[in-house]
Amino acid sequence: MADSSFPILTVTAVLPAVGAVATAAVPAARKAAAKYTALLFSLGTLVLALVTLVRFDPNGARYQFTENHVWVKNFGLHYDLGVDGIGAVMVALTALLIPFVMLAGWHDADPLEDRTGPNRRWRPTQGFFALILMVEAMVVLSFEATDVFLFYIFFEAMLIPMYFLIGGFGDRAHAAGEDEAARQRSYAAVKFLLYNLAGGLIMLAAVIGLYAATAKQLGTGTFALQDILNARASGKFDLATSTERWLFLGFFFAFAVKAPLWPLHTWLPNAMGESTAPVAVLITAVVDKVGTFAMLRFCLQLFPDASKWATPVILVLAVISIIYGALLAVGQRDIKRLIAYASVSHFGFIILGIFAMTSQGQSGATLYMVNHGISTAALMLVAGFLISRRGSRLIADFGGVQKVAPLLAGTFLVGGLATLSLPGLAPFVSEFLVLVGTFSRYPALGIVATLGIVLAALYVLVLYQRTMTGPVKAGVEGMSDLKARELVVVAPLIALLLFLGVYPKPVADIVNPSVQHTLSDVNKTDPKPALEAKK
Amino acid sequence: MSASARAASVHSLWTAAPAADKIPAPHIEYAQLSPVLIVFGVAAVGVLVEAFVPRRSRYTAQVGLAVVGLAAAFAALIALAEKGYGTTKAHIAAMGAVAVDGPALFLQGTILLVALVAVFTFAERRLDPMAHGRHVDSFAAQGSAVPGGDQERAAVRAGFTTTEVFPLLMFAVGGMLIFPAANDLLTLFVALEVFSLPLYILCALARRNRLMSQEAAVKYFLLGAFSSAFLLFGIALLYGYAGTVSYSGIASVIDGTAKTTPALASSTQNDALLLIGLAMVTVGLLFKVGAVPFHMWTPDVYQGAPTPVTGFMAAATKVAAFGALLRLLYVVLPGMRWDWRPVMWGVAIVTMVIGAVIAVTQTDVKRLLAYSSIAHAGFILAGVIATDRNGVSSVLFYLAAYSFVTLGAFAVVTLVRDAGGEATHLSRWAGLGRRSPLVAAVFAVFLLAFAGIPLTSGFAGKFAVFQAAAQGGAMPLVIVGVISSAIAAFFYIRVIVLMFFSEPKADGPSVAVPSPLTSTAIAVGVAVTLVLGLAPQYFLDLADKAGVFVR
Repeated sequence: MADSSFPILTVTAVLPAVGAVATAAVPAARKAAAKYTALLFSLGTLVLALVTLVRFDPNGARYQFTENHVWVKNFGLHYDLGVDGIGAVMVALTALLIPFVMLAGWHDADPLEDRTGPNRRWRPTQGFFALILMVEAMVVLSFEATDVFLFYIFFEAMLIPMYFLIGGFGDRAHAAGEDEAARQRSYAAVKFLLYNLAGGLIMLAAVIGLYAATAKQLGTGTFALQDILNARASGKFDLATSTERWLFLGFFFAFAVKAPLWPLHTWLPNAMGESTAPVAVLITAVVDKVGTFAMLRFCLQLFPDASKWATPVILVLAVISIIYGALLAVGQRDIKRLIAYASVSHFGFIILGIFAMTSQGQSGATLYMVNHGISTAALMLVAGFLISRRGSRLIADFGGVQKVAPLLAGTFLVGGLATLSLPGLAPFVSEFLVLVGTFSRYPALGIVATLGIVLAALYVLVLYQRTMTGPVKAGVEGMSDLKARELVVVAPLIALLLFLGVYPKPVADIVNPSVQHTLSDVNKTDPKPALEAKK
Repeated sequence: MSASARAASVHSLWTAAPAADKIPAPHIEYAQLSPVLIVFGVAAVGVLVEAFVPRRSRYTAQVGLAVVGLAAAFAALIALAEKGYGTTKAHIAAMGAVAVDGPALFLQGTILLVALVAVFTFAERRLDPMAHGRHVDSFAAQGSAVPGGDQERAAVRAGFTTTEVFPLLMFAVGGMLIFPAANDLLTLFVALEVFSLPLYILCALARRNRLMSQEAAVKYFLLGAFSSAFLLFGIALLYGYAGTVSYSGIASVIDGTAKTTPALASSTQNDALLLIGLAMVTVGLLFKVGAVPFHMWTPDVYQGAPTPVTGFMAAATKVAAFGALLRLLYVVLPGMRWDWRPVMWGVAIVTMVIGAVIAVTQTDVKRLLAYSSIAHAGFILAGVIATDRNGVSSVLFYLAAYSFVTLGAFAVVTLVRDAGGEATHLSRWAGLGRRSPLVAAVFAVFLLAFAGIPLTSGFAGKFAVFQAAAQGGAMPLVIVGVISSAIAAFFYIRVIVLMFFSEPKADGPSVAVPSPLTSTAIAVGVAVTLVLGLAPQYFLDLADKAGVFVR
């Protein structure tokens, strides 16, 4: 473990927050300055996140770079930060994707209207980039928090900037006209917020319940994950079965809304469909990962018995998510909603891997979070470039794009193939691990889940075929190919997909020991090792 | 008739007067009551200012007097707290009438600060367009003039302003200071009337929409008088039960530790007197708190009253009334916990749910905030029910947090105006985020605090009361609270949607540029909201230290 007093985790989170303030402070007329300020801060954060990742010692202590301070004593709230392998990787993924999100949305928030009328103080560009940085800061903090309450605070607070990003910035061109677009956008934003807020408030009740339980049994209430785990290991803290189950459900509900798991997923297609492509990437590739990450870190560690108790139901819901998401993706006419439903399907895989409770399953799920983040970012951002060129999100409005814009079509295909987990691309490794992990314990579910792959091939290839091949449709003729900025966005993502597809070891090495820790937490109370119990 | 018999018969006609030194002179601890006395003194001087100072310099004199008075009272309060009256030296002053203890000092401090900020909003004179070359405030030119009549026109033309609002405000503050400190039922009643009557008048004094304002005042007065009657009847019954109006006296009768005189022996056995009396006193207090089903006055009064008054009333009345309720339930009636807790459970649940649900349908900002204040009363009640020290300190903290958010939110409402005065209809707020991002962002901060989003004071307060409730064994209440928070979040968010995601209307309202007075009030609101949200530790400690009542 890197033993320096430099609070690298705090700085990683505070830097984008400072960047947000700096960006927001840039005068209205200096749009470009605001963009470069934001980009600079996001790159600085990326550097810090990579330093953390490189200096992280997979065989060292479970949580590294820890910082412990008391924030609000009366609430038992500690400012405790620390990353395990999973956390370090997720922070790095977040920091990696943000600069691409910014570059891809470089012109998304340029003000259209003249600034002389009542709108002269409206500064959308500054707002857009500042909000992205705020989201980054909060997401990073929630990946780093090792205090349940601290996590909750940022889990909940990130909804606000996210909400403004969804509701405030939409696609320039909308089939239904400007007013209707604004209406649908604010509907999507409100739906996003209410679903997640409701989930979060249910979790708040569980958080308070946890506090009451620790206060009763330990004398002073605490939220520090390590304190609770140590107290449980030493037998001082033992939740009654029914209490543990209720608390687990409270936590899981919030994470399942965020993740999202069927049947709580309905906000996602709206939110991703109505927001701009970069914001959609932010939702599905960054923010939603907090949900699955939290299942691993909090649900399994805090409530191991209840997790095992709920496993059958959760696995079934996860498989339903996989199949249902894929089926609905097949039926979509709107490119962005198609990708949203594909994400629902993929989150099903991640949750399946987590709750299969095998080391392959959980390693696969963690890798899946990373790979899904990169592959969805690639596919969605290219789709965004495509949509902004044509001014429509409907699949039927495209056709023959590969003839006029071959680079665009090619990158779109690679992103699509990654989404359907083609061997050689990163998502294949993780999907394979999840399925193997599931199959070793729940063969039936493993088989049903495999159907999801077949359906993925269907929706991705049909999407490609309809939009890119065939005769050039009216409205597509003059379409320009990818510009330099867009290539800078897409090329590194595709390179990463290829690299992690053939050589996933660096990430897997960091992740695996942490997965073992989590698994041993869950099985600690279970006398028989999970795998042998099955034999 | 013998001499002795004559003497005896004469003797029966008179009796020896007790020696003069046996009349106990009331013993008043002036120093310990100094905050209250300063406020009342300044109020009285304010009345003299109205009588003797020329009209043109009254405004300056009154504002200066009020600010200095409130600041001096606050300084006196701090001095008391420093001397330990909040903790170790807590005791009962003024012959058992007023308690000087932690909760009283904390709440009085909150009320004084709220009042100080409220004076700034009362004194604002830049928002309304100038009338006949003079700056005017939110209050009627002449309260007695008939709305729309000749007299009113003449008063406006002459540039009159109602500077009486400042002494009225000070009297109300004085009553509010005593209310949570009152240690016998009669002082409680007197304090209630002392702060209510000035508020009834203040409600009627709006410069715009005077008829609505007067209607609001009449409603408030009638329902307020009704609730006073309940309170008074309850006091009579409790006196009948215990033979005393002092809190500790009644409490010891309930405990059974009091020495009962034969005359009282029968009534102290009579639980009907106690229970009905308790219920009626509680109803009187719940009315002031604005809890369902005694909330009917809230939306009308909040909407009709001049907005600065609404802000002050919504913040300070709630603090004072919850203080009195806490003291009553924790000092007088802890022995009756098993009787009042189930009822308060019910009241808290319906208050939270009905406040949140009805707020969803509101289309006027002030009514919306009124229903939101009802929902918040329910959240606070959840903390009251905890019945332990945690409950007290969480309620104290919540009240401090809530009152500044409320004050700030109503101050923002005064800024958004069109030709008819304040534009309070929600549809008029569409697109405000584009016209004036700063004002809209500030209002959004207040709304998020109301909604209890983390990193705002609203979240810290909500967490504190829910945690106290959960530890007090009221987990179902926490769950209902959390669900109604989700409902409440919906309408707060709806306002944000309207401000930021709608196109501004062509003839939309303009945002007035306020003087430093209102700006200060709003800035204080934002600062308190963020500080209590980000670093609440110091204030939680303060509330925690202040969490013990003296009996």
